[in-house]
Amino acid sequence: MAWYIVRRFLQMIPVFFGATFLVYFLVFSLPGDPIQALFGDRAVNPAVADQLRAQYNLDQPFLVQYFLYLKNLVTVNLGNDFSGRPVAEVLAQVFPVTIRLAILALLFEAVFGIIFGVIAGLRKGRFFDGTILVASLIVIAIPIFVLGFVMQYVVGVKLGWAKPTVGAEAGWSDLILPAIVLGLVSLAYVIRLTRTSIIENLNADYVRTATAKGLSRPRVVVVHILRNSMIPVITFLGADLGALMGGAIVTEGIFNVPGVGQRLYQSVLRGEGPTIVSIVSVLILVYILANLLVDVLYAWLDPRIRYA
Amino acid sequence: MPEHRRDYIEHYVAPIEETPLQATDKVSEDVQPLSLWAEAWRNLRRQPLFVIASVLILLIVVVALFPALFTQTEPNANCQLANSDGGPAPGHPLGFTIQGCDVYARLIYGTRASLTVGIFATLGTLLIGGTLGAIAGFHGGWLDSVIARIGDVFFALPLILGAIIIMQLPFFRENRNVWTVVITLVVFGWPQVARITRGAVISVRNADFVTAARSLGVSRPAALVRHVIPNALAPVIVVATVNLGIFIVAEATLSFLGIGLPPDVMSWGNDISAAQVSLRSNPSTLLWPAAALSVTVLSFIMLGDALRDALDPKARKR
Amino acid sequence: MTTIHEVNSTGPLLEIRDLAINFSSSTGDVPAVRNAHLTVMPGETVAIVGESGSGKSTTALAAIGLLPENGRVTGGRILFAGEDLTQAGPKRIMELRGNSIGMVPQDPMSNLNPVWKIGPQIKETLRANGLPSGPDDVAKVLSEAGLPDAERRARQFPHEFSGGMRQRALIAIGLSCRPKLLIADEPTSALDVTVQRQILDHLETMTAELGTAVLLITHDLGLAAERARKVVVMYKGQVVESGAAQEILTNPRHPYTKRLVEAAPSLSSRRIQSARAAGVDSAELLAPPVEEAAAAADNVIEVQDLTKVFKLRAGFGKSTDFTAVDGVSFAIKRGTTTAVVGESGSGKSTVARMVLNLEAPTSGRILFDGVEMAGLSRGELLKFRRRVQPIFQDPYGSLDPMYNIFRTIEEPLRVHRIGDSRSREAKVRKLLDQVALPASVMRRFPNELSGGQRQRIAIARALALDPEVVICDEAVSALDVLVQDQILNLLAELQHELGLSYLFITHDLAVVRQIADHVCVMEKGRLVEAGSTDTVFDSPRQDYTRDLLAAIPGARLELPPEVA
Repeated sequence: MAWYIVRRFLQMIPVFFGATFLVYFLVFSLPGDPIQALFGDRAVNPAVADQLRAQYNLDQPFLVQYFLYLKNLVTVNLGNDFSGRPVAEVLAQVFPVTIRLAILALLFEAVFGIIFGVIAGLRKGRFFDGTILVASLIVIAIPIFVLGFVMQYVVGVKLGWAKPTVGAEAGWSDLILPAIVLGLVSLAYVIRLTRTSIIENLNADYVRTATAKGLSRPRVVVVHILRNSMIPVITFLGADLGALMGGAIVTEGIFNVPGVGQRLYQSVLRGEGPTIVSIVSVLILVYILANLLVDVLYAWLDPRIRYA
Repeated sequence: MPEHRRDYIEHYVAPIEETPLQATDKVSEDVQPLSLWAEAWRNLRRQPLFVIASVLILLIVVVALFPALFTQTEPNANCQLANSDGGPAPGHPLGFTIQGCDVYARLIYGTRASLTVGIFATLGTLLIGGTLGAIAGFHGGWLDSVIARIGDVFFALPLILGAIIIMQLPFFRENRNVWTVVITLVVFGWPQVARITRGAVISVRNADFVTAARSLGVSRPAALVRHVIPNALAPVIVVATVNLGIFIVAEATLSFLGIGLPPDVMSWGNDISAAQVSLRSNPSTLLWPAAALSVTVLSFIMLGDALRDALDPKARKR
Repeated sequence: MTTIHEVNSTGPLLEIRDLAINFSSSTGDVPAVRNAHLTVMPGETVAIVGESGSGKSTTALAAIGLLPENGRVTGGRILFAGEDLTQAGPKRIMELRGNSIGMVPQDPMSNLNPVWKIGPQIKETLRANGLPSGPDDVAKVLSEAGLPDAERRARQFPHEFSGGMRQRALIAIGLSCRPKLLIADEPTSALDVTVQRQILDHLETMTAELGTAVLLITHDLGLAAERARKVVVMYKGQVVESGAAQEILTNPRHPYTKRLVEAAPSLSSRRIQSARAAGVDSAELLAPPVEEAAAAADNVIEVQDLTKVFKLRAGFGKSTDFTAVDGVSFAIKRGTTTAVVGESGSGKSTVARMVLNLEAPTSGRILFDGVEMAGLSRGELLKFRRRVQPIFQDPYGSLDPMYNIFRTIEEPLRVHRIGDSRSREAKVRKLLDQVALPASVMRRFPNELSGGQRQRIAIARALALDPEVVICDEAVSALDVLVQDQILNLLAELQHELGLSYLFITHDLAVVRQIADHVCVMEKGRLVEAGSTDTVFDSPRQDYTRDLLAAIPGARLELPPEVA
């Protein structure tokens, strides 16, 4: 098992370098002057511009820039954004908000996805199963921002059950509605995956053998079907954590959540290279760590992996 | 002999006329030959889900190709601010947008952009992801590892995140059109197709019929093209069909963020995005394009689902 | 000699009367079992014999309420100790499972839950049936099934067990609650022959000690007759014959049973043995003897000191060597059949792959007509491929499902650019005729044909290039007995007609006895014994060979030398 985890870890290293390099390349190597972008249409004092270039290593060759950047990333010396705030401070402000949002969304999709998926799978072909299947397809087919608007309008404005916009505070309870919107599409996937997995296991030989041993139906379901069915679902959920954080841009925009996505979007519009790269690098790191966590969970759930 | 009686076992023979001996392994000659695809097609035709989805998709394609057949109203001409957010009126069944344009006409003319993005993004991911995945799966070894890691790099960037960064590149910012959106979706969509293709190819690669072909003298590349790929196609087709829908949603989301299609291109995404300001006063300007988009996407996902049921190798064996 | 009736005080344990079972499918109800009837007395072993699809498993599974979802009992009664199970509710069936009726399933690989250790899987069985379930009880159950070091084994996962050990664990589970009846559904068909015999022996001892009745389901008439007192033969969902095992073997009355008795390889092999033991020269039963002197010079394939080493990844960049084939030498004489026999992991299939040039030997030489293969150029290799053709085990996997039969058989002709389209079609027709299939199958697809028919197509494809050597890798192992018999006869005819040489890779010694001229026995990559079939069967020199021979089912049967 240790070897398995180590191997997965080693495989993740080139992914990290590859992904950060890709982002760095896209943001910095291409024509366009980020310093000019900072000042908009105003004229720039050449001396000030040069000073800024030096500060961000923009006067160095591209590869050198990338390695200096990596060094800074490792030493958490991320520099300042164009308005003079340390990027590390910006990250410390926006990440907790998005992490809260992503955790709530993950909980939402895990709890409801697994419950609905299990019921649908065990009652394959019945009314509940059909309804859930159609509903999940519809959710996947509707763009998330339409879902967001409708939920914001109906739940937030019409019913008044939640704040339609979150604002600077962004406490746990404020984030419930945005988290539901964020998690809805994944919820549909979790339901479908759980259902398929349950149905597959229902027909497994060892389930028939367990029944033949004289076990009660509930025990067969809980001990022999559920645990085995959860393996692919948990894999999906773990990988989804990274996707939720990176994909929160739309939801954060609609509900005015001061998180990573909103900040990233602003930085992109401003052409704020260092901030973009820093935020995305941390997101990549989150994605990679989440995947490693999945690998550990996977090995824990499936002994065949553990001893491979 | 008492123990003889105790142990007596009756020798039963069934009446021969009731249990006639049939020829061993006889070929029934009265059935029409049926290939796997033909069999899948026969099963599909009977599935309501497939029929509904196909009819809808056909309709959507016709609308995209010949929008003028469905409306006489020019979508951009005659936009009168006096009609802003107006309700249904004669000749304008779905009312007007905030700009005073006809919602129905825009809906019809917006079909083409959404569908084009979906189709070409799907073709692009199939071309790149399918090729790389097939090579990785068939070749295995280091090439497989390298392609897998490259795919992982793109997986590490969620679609929207990556798209935001790409669409901000000067080239993409200055040339926003259907094709830049397609390129963006392909760049971040190919690894998934590559993974599916790789898995499908690996499951076929070691089949006996491939070994048999090789020992007949068929070369490795020829075996890949003639035997492996045709048999690995089914799951890839299913994923591609579902992805077509997902790409249409993604285009709308990018347009909503202001980094997809430029505002002057008529598309459902742009219309939904433009309608958000009037959500509270006139929600139908948002709901109609959203409904059109969702029905389209739903059709493709349902088609993919039906195809999966028909082409599933597990279902085939039964 | 007077009136005959049951005098057992207890009456039958299981009595199935007029049982009918239907499967519902998209095209309507399909009858799977009709008019099935059988009786199992307490402590008695009864075998149901039949080919796949005969309804033998379905009948037995109905007795424990485990029909598949779409299966339904539509008539008749299943009486267990007098109680009609077709009328019993699910709760009652659940009570009976485990402690009254136990089950040992067919495939040991898929019948243990992979994510739980063996111990808990036994413990839950004991607990569910209200028996003490401490660690000692679990260990006792396991060691009774013949698993040494039971306490440690209980803490292991199924994937750490070999197939035979898993089957022992499943037997342990099936018998753990001391059922009165054990349903054993092909309990050893997925195992190696020697393991198969050990496990059946152990099962027999255990059930005899416990007084458990066994309903044994098998496709092998020899095995059934050897293990059971009573044999029930099923054919197309109906019981065609039943009676005492010895009686069925020596005096079969139903035409199907007669054919089964003739065709079952274990029985024919047994008959040949007893014929030879009695000094009877049963020439028709044996493959024609080879003129040793004339054939000696003419080896079509010669394998010299062949070795294949695989590198296995052992973690962290390290790798260990695994020697799959270790210094194997043998020769195939032209026009004869040489069998390579061994259990799984013996390296026999790797030998086949190397002879087919699909795998390069690590060392050693393969000579084809005296020419070494390793040095062949591309063009020569293509020519070699024409002359050596394979037939594989799995008739479902060896034909491309996307190709119709015509394209399948035509492919080799096309690849080697033989003839034009008209002559190729004529050739395909001729080949189909040779394998006794109508030309109308040309437009069909593999999924529309049965296993035996697909194997015929595979043979036709292999013959398309007029090869000299055909390599049959377990070519009949997946087929039903009668179909297997047909294919073996076909192969023999073709050999006679076309002067083919066969290399027969198999685990089934009974089949070898019927068709091979020479036998090579492999164990763990090494060739342990080789010789003419008669020599190897009559006077085996190695213990391993003796084990293999003893493991052929039916070895204990008393059969007259010439039943056929």
